[in-house]
Amino acid sequence: MTSEPGSPVSLDERAGDNGRGETVSSRSQIAEVSSARSHSGLAERLFHWVTGGAAWLVLLILLAVAYSMASGGALAFKTFGFGFITSTSWDVPNGQFGALVAIYGTLVTSAIALIIAVPISIGIALFLTEIAPVWARQPIAVAIELLAAVPSIIYGMWGLFMFAPFMASHVEPWINDHLGVLPVVGPLFTGPPIGIGMLTAGIVLGIMVIPFIASVARDVFNAVPPTLIESAVALGATRWERLWNVTLPYTRSAIVGAIFLGLGRALGETMAVTFVLGNAHDLSASLLMPSNSIAAAIANEFTEADTELYRSSLVALAFLLFIVTFIVLSLAKLMLARVERTMGRTN
Amino acid sequence: MNKFMIGAVAGAFLLAGCQGKTTGEAAGGDAGAATQITGAGSTFVYPVLSAWSADYSKETGTKINYQSIGSGGGISQIKAGTVDFGATDKPLDPKELAESGLAQFPVIVGGVVAVVNIDGIDKGKLKLTGPLLADIYLGKVSKWDDPAIVKLNPGLKLPDAKITAVHRSDGSGTTFNFTYYLSQVSPAWKAGPGADKSVNWNGGVGGKGNEGVAAYVNQIKNSIGYVEYAYVLQNNMAWAYVQNAAGNYVAPSADSFKAAAASADWTKTKDFYLVMTNAPGDQAYPITASTFVLMPREPKNQAASDAALKFFKWSLENGQPQADKLDYVPLPATLVKQIEDYMQANIK
Repeated sequence: MTSEPGSPVSLDERAGDNGRGETVSSRSQIAEVSSARSHSGLAERLFHWVTGGAAWLVLLILLAVAYSMASGGALAFKTFGFGFITSTSWDVPNGQFGALVAIYGTLVTSAIALIIAVPISIGIALFLTEIAPVWARQPIAVAIELLAAVPSIIYGMWGLFMFAPFMASHVEPWINDHLGVLPVVGPLFTGPPIGIGMLTAGIVLGIMVIPFIASVARDVFNAVPPTLIESAVALGATRWERLWNVTLPYTRSAIVGAIFLGLGRALGETMAVTFVLGNAHDLSASLLMPSNSIAAAIANEFTEADTELYRSSLVALAFLLFIVTFIVLSLAKLMLARVERTMGRTN
Repeated sequence: MNKFMIGAVAGAFLLAGCQGKTTGEAAGGDAGAATQITGAGSTFVYPVLSAWSADYSKETGTKINYQSIGSGGGISQIKAGTVDFGATDKPLDPKELAESGLAQFPVIVGGVVAVVNIDGIDKGKLKLTGPLLADIYLGKVSKWDDPAIVKLNPGLKLPDAKITAVHRSDGSGTTFNFTYYLSQVSPAWKAGPGADKSVNWNGGVGGKGNEGVAAYVNQIKNSIGYVEYAYVLQNNMAWAYVQNAAGNYVAPSADSFKAAAASADWTKTKDFYLVMTNAPGDQAYPITASTFVLMPREPKNQAASDAALKFFKWSLENGQPQADKLDYVPLPATLVKQIEDYMQANIK
């Protein structure tokens, strides 16, 4: 878990190692050589223990967090069993709690966010590294990084006061009229155009996630060795062919890492979502309807949770967020590994 | 769960220990030194409480550190003993008070107001009855041009639009008073969601805090919500009349809250356990509510508890101008006398 895909440490590593482990092995060779030559064995050992300790500490903290969430939520899991995950009821006075609405809202808003953010971010990064005039690259890059520095509550307020009314008066009526009438997917897009709901929350999240993915992707694209690009150019590749056949495959695993970073933020985002999602414990097929997310439910209700079971259910929700994040990231990583394997075979 | 709770309680005690220390040191110094009282709970009472404590600390040097984390939070904090007083908009019944060794008294009165956002409908134009309000929140009346609403409002042009009902997403004393009122006037509501700090809402949208509900109602067309009176004024919101028990449509105002407070009979209550919604007076505002202070009967920190009692006594006697300014209603003089006797008798 130390090499958790979302962490920047592993990103840097992967940016350099090409996903095939070459750099890693050469790095350890260097380490061996230098330690053999070193006269200060103590400093060397100290360095080993300090860095190792730092890495293990993360694992320890993660386990401690997971344990305290699990034990805090034990009462809820004991009371409702597996039903806690599959139940949609969130009936505080009668002590009935189920997590399905919150899990669903978390996953749907994050999915919408990624669907919007990934192509835009990659587009931004490619533009900045390959297409934009050199004088424009730095200012745009700084602007994007500034976007990442905006606190999420600001996005929430912007979402509520500016974006939600815009969605309600312009976008959602159009969606109702044009997408709501389609067969099969129609129910996803019908509902009262109130501007507050899963679609709005997903879009706001998407905007929040863009700078994370874009700025990492830009750094990664910049790290593609010039020799590779020059070789492609020498072979007569067009710009598109160069991007598609050299830059993107070379940086694929690092880009996935960047997307994980964004996904992590989207899954756990609290304040912005609370503002525009509607905080309603209702399960609805329509993306225009208000819903709830795990993080928003906890933020909204924790201070007022005055029965043991209520509090335990909220902690159990936190545990589920932990698990959901872990599962989503693991699945993505497995998929990546599989892609790498098939690529290796065809090569 | 046990381990978690132990951790939480231990953390809380650590905090309490720190606070106790500072208070003790201050009290142990010279008599004129500042004392600190800590409290937590109701967000409704926060504006007037902070105005009072500013005045009071100017006069006496006693500082009041109040965290407005919500009524439920206030109840659990005072039960855990982490604060010197808690504040809640939902009174605890005498049995629960006795079990947890707490005493309770009201400090201020205010009103919960139904606010609407309908194109072309200004404040004080729309009339509703309690049962109708319950039906809207139950989803039984789902459009503004429903015959039941049209019948009550013959002159108004009501749109053929779906009603979005906005409620509190956090547990809240405001919700308790609102749903308590709906339970009083609508059997269907009583049998359904019932009265509590958070209930099982039938659809709609949830906003966090009074400010969250106010913001949602302002943003969502054809919506209805309920907020404390102060938020109606601050946001210049369009409010709707709700018919009172006497059958009149009374505007929310200090006077109509006062009328409700006056018609409530506190003398027959134990531990002031009384919710004054649906008060009988002709001019009484139907959804009038009060905030209660909770204090331990046998405090662990005697100095802070004494200071808190002194502060509330001072506020009850001298707090009217500040309360008026902030659109709260001070308690009637007879009630203040009753509260002071109660404090004397019940809190060490």
